[in-house]
Amino acid sequence: MNYEEIELKSRRRKTIKNVIVYIFLAIWAIMVLFPFYWMILTSFKSYSAYTSEYIPKFFTLSPTFQNYIDAFTAVPLAKYFLNTLIFTLATTGIMVVVTVLAAFAFARLDFKGKDLVFTLFLSLMMIPAELVVITNFVTITNWNMRNTFMGLILPSVTSVFYIYLLRENFAQVPDDLYKAAKVDGTSDFKYLTKVMLPICRPTIVTVIILKVIECWNSYVWPRLITDDQAYFLVSNGIQEIRENGFGRENIPAMMAAVVVISVPLIVIFLIFRNKIMEGVSRGGTKG
Amino acid sequence: MNNNNLKGWLYLLPAIVFLGFFMVYPLVDVFIYSFEEGYNFASQSYSGTGLFNYSFVLHDPYFMQALKNTILMVIITVPLSTGFALLISLALSSIKPLRNAFQTIYFLPYVTNTLAVGLVFMILFKKTPYSDGLANMLISLFGGTSVDFIEGPYWAKMFVFCFYIIWVVLPFKILILTSAIASVNPMYYKAARIDGAGSFTMFKKITLPMISPMIFYLIITGFIGAFKSYSDAVALFGTDLNAAGMNTIVGYVYDMLYGDSGGYPSYASAAAIILFAVVLTITVINLTVSRKRAVY
Repeated sequence: MNYEEIELKSRRRKTIKNVIVYIFLAIWAIMVLFPFYWMILTSFKSYSAYTSEYIPKFFTLSPTFQNYIDAFTAVPLAKYFLNTLIFTLATTGIMVVVTVLAAFAFARLDFKGKDLVFTLFLSLMMIPAELVVITNFVTITNWNMRNTFMGLILPSVTSVFYIYLLRENFAQVPDDLYKAAKVDGTSDFKYLTKVMLPICRPTIVTVIILKVIECWNSYVWPRLITDDQAYFLVSNGIQEIRENGFGRENIPAMMAAVVVISVPLIVIFLIFRNKIMEGVSRGGTKG
Repeated sequence: MNNNNLKGWLYLLPAIVFLGFFMVYPLVDVFIYSFEEGYNFASQSYSGTGLFNYSFVLHDPYFMQALKNTILMVIITVPLSTGFALLISLALSSIKPLRNAFQTIYFLPYVTNTLAVGLVFMILFKKTPYSDGLANMLISLFGGTSVDFIEGPYWAKMFVFCFYIIWVVLPFKILILTSAIASVNPMYYKAARIDGAGSFTMFKKITLPMISPMIFYLIITGFIGAFKSYSDAVALFGTDLNAAGMNTIVGYVYDMLYGDSGGYPSYASAAAIILFAVVLTITVINLTVSRKRAVY
């Protein structure tokens, strides 16, 4: 065997290996994409066409928008949407303010008992939500806040983990900047908003993105706290459609609702792809 | 100085108020609830204290069913999803063209609503009067007999459940492992290649030890996450999980609190504390093992 033959052989082996790798990756990509394809496809099939297909077809020749009209008219889907939007914006907004203030206090301010409180905060990170949700449910019920936005929002506006994440980031900002600002007579609050926040913007964006995803998908707490449809979020709405609405019968219309609910986050993801993936790898937990 | 003290606490105040009301107080309260026997929601009174709630929960067939489902699902999905994520990440790291496209696609399940996409899985696997569904079509294509995965036999339901959970948790694991593999210093591979190491040897001797902390991290968070799964089951089998025989521990807690069989915060508290104890035990075991095995 001469040199060229060896090289040819190794190149061929490399090509075969590459082909196998790509086939493997493509198969899983299809597995991931297929449910999305199926929901879009089904949402465009007419009800009669769907129910008459004993063997499901992989395409449709007569797409219809009727399902989308049904989805918005048969149930208050737009209302669910609006509720989720209000819930997401309010929760994320309040959470950012609360966590930024706390993180700033831990990172920059000197006060008695700081270390002790910080340790207590950190130990709270280990507490699973399932353990506290029972009393929270009772508390919110006693405060007559069931079926209100306050009841939905209040328990989820703090996150010890995000306070920790922000504190670590704030602590990296050099001390000298703070001292210089102090010499210039800048107040702590002004320093926080004019210096800290712009420097630490990437981390804050990360926290916002993670919280928005969490809010958009939240199901358990809203289900406990709302039984009035006027306050349903999309997750509860889709479950309601499935159990008591047209979802039992009209699957294409239900899939239209599913598409409508899934699209916003996917669009946000495609726009902020890098930010989101970076953020999740730093602070995500779903999985 | 005194002024500074006040200021620090002022910045912390909102966080302390919220955490106090919705985290610290509930944490104490849940233990109290779990020992109060016969707690009545309406009159907020109870008849005695003791361990009855725990004994009731542990003797409740619905709880045992939920426990069995959860443990079986955890044992199946955590190793499978971690191993599969490792395979995909290795494959991803070995290619250049299309890598970004694949990564984007693989991440999609992370940003979807678990409830909504679960419904797609439900219709793919469900048998209806007018159609056997797509999954059954594939099965009969290969000569198998069709089965209802949503309302049929236990193993079929468990299969869909595990399949959906793996589908949902993979994005996070792939993301973590690909960045772990990418952060291994390429000098090691160059040195190994000079020594004539094959690709499998390199994987076993370099990649695996270098990313082992991340693998253990994923196993631990995977265990914790899988033990707490609930909305995946709701998406597939509906809200009445006890009737479907597919309840999870968290589902049992919520059902006890609210819903058709609800109104028993004491039982819910006892079940939640049992769940917490199980998760804590497994995490401690995992940490001990990983400290022995992982290369830092």
